Amino acid sequence: MTDLKQRPLPVVAVAGPPVRRSGVGRPLRGAVKHVGLILLALVMLYPVLWMVVSSLRPNDEIFRSPGLVLDGLHTRNYGEGWDALASPFGHYLLNSAIVVLGCIIGNLVSCSMAAYAFARLEFTGKRLWFAVMLGTIMLPIHVIIVPQYIMFSQLGWINTFLPLIVPKLLATDAFFVFLMVQFIRGLPRELDEAARIDGCGHGRIFWQIILPLMKPALATTVIFTFIWTWNDFFSQLIYLTDPQMYTVPVALRSFVDATVNTSWGSMFAMSVVSLVPVFLAFLLGQRYLVKGIATTGGK
Amino acid sequence: MSALGELRSIRGSTRGSPRKRDNRAALVFLLPWFGGLFLITLGPVAASLVLGFTDYNLIQPPEFNGVDNFTRMLSDERLHNALRVTFVYVVVSVPVQLACALGLAMLLDRGLRGMAFYRSAFYLPSLLGSSVAIAVLWRQVFGADGLVNQLLDLVGVQGRGWISDPSTALSTLIVLNVWTFGAPMIIFLAGLRQIPVMYYEAAAIDGAGRWKQFWRVTLPLLSPIIFFNLVLQIIHAFQSFTQAFVVSGGSGGPSDSTLFYTLYLYQRGFNNFDMGYASALAWLLLVIIAAFTAVNFWAAKYWVFYDD
Repeated sequence: MTDLKQRPLPVVAVAGPPVRRSGVGRPLRGAVKHVGLILLALVMLYPVLWMVVSSLRPNDEIFRSPGLVLDGLHTRNYGEGWDALASPFGHYLLNSAIVVLGCIIGNLVSCSMAAYAFARLEFTGKRLWFAVMLGTIMLPIHVIIVPQYIMFSQLGWINTFLPLIVPKLLATDAFFVFLMVQFIRGLPRELDEAARIDGCGHGRIFWQIILPLMKPALATTVIFTFIWTWNDFFSQLIYLTDPQMYTVPVALRSFVDATVNTSWGSMFAMSVVSLVPVFLAFLLGQRYLVKGIATTGGK
Repeated sequence: MSALGELRSIRGSTRGSPRKRDNRAALVFLLPWFGGLFLITLGPVAASLVLGFTDYNLIQPPEFNGVDNFTRMLSDERLHNALRVTFVYVVVSVPVQLACALGLAMLLDRGLRGMAFYRSAFYLPSLLGSSVAIAVLWRQVFGADGLVNQLLDLVGVQGRGWISDPSTALSTLIVLNVWTFGAPMIIFLAGLRQIPVMYYEAAAIDGAGRWKQFWRVTLPLLSPIIFFNLVLQIIHAFQSFTQAFVVSGGSGGPSDSTLFYTLYLYQRGFNNFDMGYASALAWLLLVIIAAFTAVNFWAAKYWVFYDD
């Protein structure tokens, strides 16, 4: 239900034992392959690297320097970009952080509850509801955005963060429900049975047994929610029209429109600033991603 | 394995549950989800179907206008153009993206040294690709004085304004989508790991070369994962919005050459506040995506191989 997100799916590969087939001409072929792969990685990441370097160049130089070597550090772009819009850029970073935090809490609470029910409880119509839940993963947000907008505007929620956060509190990111269901199914049922014999109700089984064991799936949820919400543009563009309420993507876009081709340096600088959190989440999260997904994705 | 696999198995199984039901507990645990399903998801889906038959500008109450919105679609040139642009984008970028993903996954799946590094390097664009920052970058990179033309200049080739030229603007967005092949690549990697090595050993003993092994072992066994990626990436590609919006400054230009369906829907709904028509457009999108998915599922019978 989200706009053009390159959804990394819950089946990220796990480093397994090396598998080697056929060993003829290994060393040379291997070397050629590595050179090729490194070149390809470089080509792919080149634009991003170049943006980082260019954000430290004076404006006119950006249009003449395709290389990555810097003559000096032109850090003024960052200062100028920071103050280029109505509010300092930190204001938009803070707004984005609030939205992201709200969405993370919402997804953690609501999706884990729903996942417990689907994975561990028997109830009337379970198969039907589960199929409905899977179906909503594939429902485009564009199909519901108009009535949603009308509803939220009648509630007076336009230009607040509520339209962005409240749906997450209601487990509308079914992708995470599915991810957690898969994870819980992998946990031994004997644990629940033992707890039940000891007199635990479902509330305590969920809270004291399942949730603590689910940490990898929860971490995966946190990281994906962070990245997707941080990057999300469509719904933030629609619900936030007051510059005071702008989040990073919306602010960055208004920056583009306001400056059209005049100050690429500062625009690049703020683009880099906006990507840093995503990059950090990626670096810090990888360990959890692999771990969480090892247990979920494999089968 | 995947959401699609789940749906398949639900359709297949008929077994009832022998265990006692805990309806009350389930209701409590599912309460937020039910709330979201009816208030945020299904309610609006139904409402948008009703609104599709009205004229509504958010100020006056909706006015029922029969099938006017749908007849209007028939003569709406910009809509036809948006459909064409979107189809080209989906039909070109998804197969190319998946081919790159599969190719790279094949190269990486050999207990390769530096595997973690490569995986990260190729995956990173997928995480960044949907951001406004990358769209800003793309606007520069493919601009008249952009990075691409600077590099072309080094080798003596005269570039052009890739984004300002209607005949190439869409291609820059296709390149951007292909650039994010990392996510499906990761899924292919996971799939390749699950093909038992003994199949390859058996094929090798039977005299099959690498190429034949690829066609006879890898592709059939990977076909459910290819199918999964294909369905998902098509659905995602239909919903592309951010990049076209930022690169074209919200217009879908030049000459509507990057007017994605969702961008047109946004313009109708949120620039013109033509909510009735936008709802009808939203439903048409849903029908189109559903149709593509249905055709995919139907065609799967002929090429997807299930080992079970």
